[in-house]
Amino acid sequence: MPMPATAIEAMILEAMPDATITIEDLAGDGDHYRAIIRSSVFSGKSRVQQHQLVYAALKGKMGGELHALALDTAPK
Amino acid sequence: MSNAAHDFIADTIAKNDVVLFMKGNARMPQCGFSGTVVKILDHVGVDFADVNVLADMSVREGIKEFSNWPTIPQLYVKGEFVGGCDIIREMFETGELKEFLAEKGLLQDA
Repeated sequence: MPMPATAIEAMILEAMPDATITIEDLAGDGDHYRAIIRSSVFSGKSRVQQHQLVYAALKGKMGGELHALALDTAPK
Repeated sequence: MSNAAHDFIADTIAKNDVVLFMKGNARMPQCGFSGTVVKILDHVGVDFADVNVLADMSVREGIKEFSNWPTIPQLYVKGEFVGGCDIIREMFETGELKEFLAEKGLLQDA
């Protein structure tokens, strides 16, 4: 079951309200996305930790409902 | 996670300097993301052990919990979780991956 980009954006924003988020639907199928996220919560964190914060925000949907979400994260 | 899966994962990353948990094997990846990481590792010229998570459901689920990371592939270097496909690709593009592996003494030509 694909997940709409707006739902992904809303979940990330809920966890990191200051985030600037751009989501691209890579294949146009609502199933393969790339998210570019800039947020102050990433400051001082390794890339692994930054991505873990995003996965935590998505509450288990990543790897399940959400099949492919490429991440580009950096501090704001 | 079962003890057997946990022990297998812990043991594998302890015994091998570079381990890629992937879908399929290095010769025949069964997922584009896994294939990308294999190509990158081959390109930088590092030896690695491959673990096909599709061969064992308990390892496939177990590695996600072990690393607190929801997706496959996953790369471990000297027992440390380095990242998934996006991170490895980014590190490769910036030259950081080669530097990191060289620092760990894992590149022959370094």
